[in-house]
Amino acid sequence: MLQFALRRLGILIPFLIAISIVSFIVIQLPPGSYVDSYVNNLRLQGNVVSAEQEGNIRAMYGLDKSMPEQYALWMGKIVFAGDFGSSFRYNRPVAAILMERVPSTIILSLTAIAFTWLLAVPLGILSAVKQYSVWDHTLTLIGLVGLAVPGFLLALGIMFVVYQNTGWLVNGFFSPPFREAPWSLAKVLDLLKNVWLPILVLTIGGMATITRVLRATLLDELNKQYVTTARAKGVPEMTNVLRYPLRIAINPLLSTLGWMLPAVVGGEIVVSKVLNLPTIGPVLLEASITQDMYLAGGIVMILSVLTVFGTFISDLLLALNDPRIRME
Amino acid sequence: MTPSASLKSTEPRLKVEGLKTYFFLDHGILKAVDGVDFHVGEAESVGIIGESGCGKSITAQSMLQLVRGRGQIVAGHAVLRRKQGEMVDILSLDPDSAEMRSVRGDDASIIFQEPMTSFSPVHTIGFQIGEMLRLHTKLSEAQIRERVIAMLGRVGISNPEVRIDEYPHQLSGGMRQRAMIAMALICHPQIVIADEPTTALDVTIQAQILDLMRDLQDELGMSIVYITHNMAVVAENVSRVYVMYLGRVVETTTTERLFKDPKHPYTQKLLRSIPHPGRPVERLEVIEGSVPSAVDPPRRCGFFTRCPSAMAGVCDAAIPALTKVDDEHWARCFLLSDEKEAEDEWSSL
Repeated sequence: MLQFALRRLGILIPFLIAISIVSFIVIQLPPGSYVDSYVNNLRLQGNVVSAEQEGNIRAMYGLDKSMPEQYALWMGKIVFAGDFGSSFRYNRPVAAILMERVPSTIILSLTAIAFTWLLAVPLGILSAVKQYSVWDHTLTLIGLVGLAVPGFLLALGIMFVVYQNTGWLVNGFFSPPFREAPWSLAKVLDLLKNVWLPILVLTIGGMATITRVLRATLLDELNKQYVTTARAKGVPEMTNVLRYPLRIAINPLLSTLGWMLPAVVGGEIVVSKVLNLPTIGPVLLEASITQDMYLAGGIVMILSVLTVFGTFISDLLLALNDPRIRME
Repeated sequence: MTPSASLKSTEPRLKVEGLKTYFFLDHGILKAVDGVDFHVGEAESVGIIGESGCGKSITAQSMLQLVRGRGQIVAGHAVLRRKQGEMVDILSLDPDSAEMRSVRGDDASIIFQEPMTSFSPVHTIGFQIGEMLRLHTKLSEAQIRERVIAMLGRVGISNPEVRIDEYPHQLSGGMRQRAMIAMALICHPQIVIADEPTTALDVTIQAQILDLMRDLQDELGMSIVYITHNMAVVAENVSRVYVMYLGRVVETTTTERLFKDPKHPYTQKLLRSIPHPGRPVERLEVIEGSVPSAVDPPRRCGFFTRCPSAMAGVCDAAIPALTKVDDEHWARCFLLSDEKEAEDEWSSL
């Protein structure tokens, strides 16, 4: 098992390098650069920008160098100084923006994922064990609605209903008076009063898939011979389901756990916009639109690294769960 | 109506009467088992033989009430004498009740045919065998481990101390079947139902497994019901045979009589389709056609469509009853008796 973990960890290093290169290429792909749009804007406003001035601005940001050089500079600073470069648009270090937003994003996403699993797994089991029952049909209906209704619409709807009935406007993580306030019990309570909505919306969005996938895989497994064998031994029905078929039916879910995190981050962009959440999603969107390349690159990089480590954790869990995987 | 005349046992260990297991499908009722009677004496071996789809495996699973989904045991009794000597009709128990679970594995167990798929691939052999003892005894984990190792050794698995912690995919097919036998026998059940125990194995391994089962039977004194389509298994291992066709027993007698003097046309055809080494033939005889569907079967002899001696207006007008040929021979054929199978509430379904 330890050997398996180390081997997997070893594969990660070249993988991370590859990802950084791909991230860099991706952010360079759109035609033009930030300087182009910046200079264009100046010219549109009636300013005269000479070619020499334009060249100076380019040099200032290191955009006059070749691609490999730019990449080397960028990576070097990240690895050795934790410096992700500067955001053109915010005129601040990218690292500072990431520090502000990444932790809250991860905590929000992990909380949503935890709730999703806690609810979806038991419901998936119920749906499979009581196939075609009222429970199954009800859960299927709710699941499909959850899948079909976009998160932001759900968020808006709930926001509206809550505001109509209580006068409480769910907005961001904190209400305005607490935004800059130091941590206190009141601030925590305020957080809880706001944060339930994004968690609820993200949970409902992710639940349907997990419930459906688990229902389908578990239904397959429930008809397998080894389940009958366990029954023939006198194993009680519920113990049987949880001990044998579930152990195998959970595999596809474990293997997707790794990329749930970036999926949640991506899925919550619009939700974050609607609910005014200071997460990473809206910033990524804006950075991409304005060609704020170091900011976009930094975020893509962080998300990719999270995905890679998520996949590593997925692999470990899979190997722990299934001896056939760890003995390969 | 039941062939109660048995060879030596006085009171059967298990007596099944009128077992009907139906599957309620969208396109009709599949009468997988449609009135089966059999009994097994103390330390006796009997065989239930028949082609695929004749209902023999469903009969086996019905004994422990393992039929799920759309399948349902609609009628019948299976009176089992438990370890402590009390008689209980296991089919009258609730399939999910604690009493039914206490019968499974402890009083009666099944050896399944597919040793690969019959074990969970993600649990060790030792865990899965030990689970039997964990369910039915109060032994400590250390004692359980000791018993499992001893049992694995007994069924001929080398290095049981190592094998106990291995997973099914690390064992060969023969080893897995030995482990399956170890699991079925570890609680010393009084009756073992072996559902095609050697079908998935090489011929050489088959012989070893059957020898092992005979040895264990001598040692532990359990009764065995061999469910098989393999005549060789029947010939060498059982004292009496039940021949099944389309959900019913069509003939039953001692193994010797069955091979020497089969009465039912189906059994006769079946025996003639076995190749005999050293007796070359042009072509092996085949039974023309295939087993008809058991979904909503018409009320006639099940073998009518393939029978060379079928009598129109007789065999397709009613179902023959299982009638006595002599003290140890019963068959279900209008050539032998005019007696018809009695109708009940399920016949007209």
